[in-house]
Amino acid sequence: MNARQLKQRLMQNLDPVLLGALGGFALVSLVLLYSASDGNWLRVLAQAGNIAVAFTAMWLVASMPLHYLMRAAVPMYVFGLLLLLLVMTPLGVASHGATRWLNIGVATIQPSELMKIAVPLMMAWYFEKNEAVLKLKNYFVAAILLLVPVALIAKQPDLGTAILIGASGFYVLFLAGLSWRLMIGGALAALASAPFLWSAMHDYQRHRILMLLDPSQDALGKGYHTIQGMIAVGSGGILGKGYMNGTQTHLDFLPERTTDFIFAVWSEEFGLIGNLLLLSLYVFVIGRGFIITANASTYFTRLMAGSITLTFFTYAFVNMGMVSGILPVVGVPLPLISYGGTSMLTLMLGFGILMSIQTNKKLVKT
Amino acid sequence: MNRYVELKNHQREIYYFRLRLVLSLGFVAVMLLILLLRFFYLQVFRHDYFHTLADSNRIYVVPIVPNRGLILDRNGVVMAQNYSGYTLEIAPAKVTDMDALIAELSKLVEITPKDIKRFQKLLTERQTLETMPIRSQLSDEEVARISAQQFRFPGVEIKARLFREYPYTDQTSHLIGYVGRINQKDIDQLEEDDAVSNYLGSDYIGKTGIEQSYERDLHGKTGFEQVEVDAGGRAVRVLSRTAPQSGSNLMLTLDAKLQEVAENAFGEYRGALVALDPTNGEVLAFVSKPGYDPGLFIDGIDTDTWDELNNSPDTPLNNRALRGQYPPGSTIKPFMALAGLYYGTRSPTRSISDPGYYLLPGSRHQYRDWKAGGHGAVDMFKSIVISCDTYFYGLATEMGIDNMHSYLARFGFGQKTGLDMEGETSGLLPSPEWKAKRYQQVWYPGDTVSAGIGQGYNLVTPVQLAFATAILANDGVAFQPHLVRETRPASGSPVLTMPKQLFDLKIDPANLKLVKSAMEAVTKPGGTAAVAGYGAPYRLAGKTGTAQVIAIKQGEKYDAKKISEYNRDHAWFIAFAPADKPRIAMAVLVENGGHGGTTAAPIARKVMDYYLLGKIPQPLQTVTQKSGEQSD
Repeated sequence: MNARQLKQRLMQNLDPVLLGALGGFALVSLVLLYSASDGNWLRVLAQAGNIAVAFTAMWLVASMPLHYLMRAAVPMYVFGLLLLLLVMTPLGVASHGATRWLNIGVATIQPSELMKIAVPLMMAWYFEKNEAVLKLKNYFVAAILLLVPVALIAKQPDLGTAILIGASGFYVLFLAGLSWRLMIGGALAALASAPFLWSAMHDYQRHRILMLLDPSQDALGKGYHTIQGMIAVGSGGILGKGYMNGTQTHLDFLPERTTDFIFAVWSEEFGLIGNLLLLSLYVFVIGRGFIITANASTYFTRLMAGSITLTFFTYAFVNMGMVSGILPVVGVPLPLISYGGTSMLTLMLGFGILMSIQTNKKLVKT
Repeated sequence: MNRYVELKNHQREIYYFRLRLVLSLGFVAVMLLILLLRFFYLQVFRHDYFHTLADSNRIYVVPIVPNRGLILDRNGVVMAQNYSGYTLEIAPAKVTDMDALIAELSKLVEITPKDIKRFQKLLTERQTLETMPIRSQLSDEEVARISAQQFRFPGVEIKARLFREYPYTDQTSHLIGYVGRINQKDIDQLEEDDAVSNYLGSDYIGKTGIEQSYERDLHGKTGFEQVEVDAGGRAVRVLSRTAPQSGSNLMLTLDAKLQEVAENAFGEYRGALVALDPTNGEVLAFVSKPGYDPGLFIDGIDTDTWDELNNSPDTPLNNRALRGQYPPGSTIKPFMALAGLYYGTRSPTRSISDPGYYLLPGSRHQYRDWKAGGHGAVDMFKSIVISCDTYFYGLATEMGIDNMHSYLARFGFGQKTGLDMEGETSGLLPSPEWKAKRYQQVWYPGDTVSAGIGQGYNLVTPVQLAFATAILANDGVAFQPHLVRETRPASGSPVLTMPKQLFDLKIDPANLKLVKSAMEAVTKPGGTAAVAGYGAPYRLAGKTGTAQVIAIKQGEKYDAKKISEYNRDHAWFIAFAPADKPRIAMAVLVENGGHGGTTAAPIARKVMDYYLLGKIPQPLQTVTQKSGEQSD
């Protein structure tokens, strides 16, 4: 196999439909970030770097045979869990009242990011292993595999990540055929335990939920983010104020406008029309994910693809929901658009897996 | 790779899996619909609301305070101006321990106990989030000292403000008045006048004098800037600007130099002087002594100084010229003479015999003349020159109170002159109707007798008496007294105050000639103001008067030395000159000055000398009595 063949081989592993859509997101991200950062080219360039790294990672994963990924599941999960435990030791780095990072000398890393891939991977691997003999107990084991890291992350505290990982794990359980009875029972149990959960929550978490009910209660404090987000979105109207013309954005009223609240910038400057376009782009990617999932040939790939697709949607929904004021403000970036390398990398790794699943299927067929 | 095809129930599993996938799809669709509805709600249904919120988020309206107009005298001499200075200000809302803060600040700049008291008064008066000045007129060095340490004092600011300055300080305090911090009462008034918006950002408003009565002209129009601000409240850019319109400069009718001459002429005496140009109503000098330093009020006066001013027996805060009400005494006599001639009660030539007192028909009560033993035969001319009381007792009685009231009212007695300064009092011209209403008593013949020589119930203000004198001087043609000659707006052409003729009394010229020549004789040898009129190179006409402060009992003699200073008689002098073509008419009151001829008339003479001849008076001389015989 010469270099030319190798290159062809690598290109073959990329799904052109997904690739096109992801390219669209990259473009939107750079253009929007230019406005959100008040024309800060350095920030746009840094994000271009993040995108380049993430696309490369996606490419590598997409080119990887699927059994490599399966083999990686257990070590990755165990390693990630260890790191999560290490965060709780004095090696953990605290910032803004949360201990989420590990100092590894050259940089600080956030183990919970690794778990975004590792947890569904581990669960899918577990179901694949026991495919032939699936019983109720296997679902319990899978649930434990999910709940341990989620609990550790929630304790940091990092509610956003905990919710997202919890959702991605739940999707695996759901697609793996978790019985309806159990789900309904679980939902009732969750409802019953809500008061206990409430008392176990941090003050700031409770505040955020209360603020959701009435953000004006604390307009300058906890409710400020929600109110300013809603003003930005609402004042955008149908057509928006125009690119670079968002007053909420450019006059600094919008907090975290290049990261978690970048959707408010989009919504203010491009209005309802822009939101419809952006939602369409997400729907397109999710739709493609569903097709890949439906056509996946193995139990493991079906669970993985389905979980990745639904988690991606969850990312988007939670972010837009919190910016437009129907969900509490939890630190969830707008997938593929918010400034930042980590979230971008994790998401693109997921898309790499999706592509790998798609092309492996193709290879099987031919 | 064989394992993958060895699935059990492969088809069924795929079916169940795809069912769950479709359910997931449904879940995604529902959630997307919720988002869409939310966007529609925010961006279409509530768009107007959020649009308004976004605008109010970012747009602040910042008032720009206009420069206050200057006040100049008729020759352009500045009597009130502005200068810019730094103040040390504290935002009380941001301070937890005010005393400690003030103590700390005192280490950097001098803060006097007076400053602190004034500041504390401000604190109780105004409860706002804005800053309040504790020290004004900081030196550059003090500004630098505070600036360097400012990070230690949250809530402390240095601001540049425009201050009002009155170069003549207490000489013009009653005339020019002063500006002071806007208080609740001012705000209420502004609200009533629908002018509150024009005072946004303004600290000061005219409180008394010209500053008060011409507030609207002086203040100007407040400008506005619409400023886009960021979340921190910092201005990012100016969206629109409406320039402020400076207040108009006012040119007064007053001559600052003449005012100064008049002020100085009073020496240590308290009193008032109003000088008018009888041909057009212009106020040439307006004195009320003592005055006070208007600067004390600009930043809010502290309680001690206020009490001191307010409780002083010299009542420096009282605008005597405008509001002081005194019996006119004998200054009423020329007007009484004109009334007598008008009604035919007296002919010019008819003489009475004055035994030194007057008896009402059928009464034994003696109404005494100021001169024991009387003046002998007295005709009308002489009655004015020597100020014969007996003559006027009889005249008043025969004329009757009704005629007297109606004729004196023509000269403005008992009414406000309508001078363009707020707070004028109306004096009192008594009548039987007034007495019935005021005291529920009948008018006695004795009341008429006292009224005939300007005592009894009669009260006039110096402004009123000056106005009446000007009408007389101008042969019965009255012009509206006014203080402002010209209003000069910041843009546009100056507006002159046109002399406003109020009325013409159409007095018989022969009567006028008689009374005026008698008044001229008053300042000549033999007249009651002969000393003051001595050697005047122009024709000076006048009339002396005495206003009793305490009543002297029947049979007692007034002895100035025996009564306390504040109970001594007030001295009056009214005058105009040149007698044939008067250019100036005035009323001079010297409180507790005794006789008009010796204290009030010399003051009038100095003012006349300066006005007509440009002669600057010599340092004050004590006027000594030349003879034992002194008239009122």
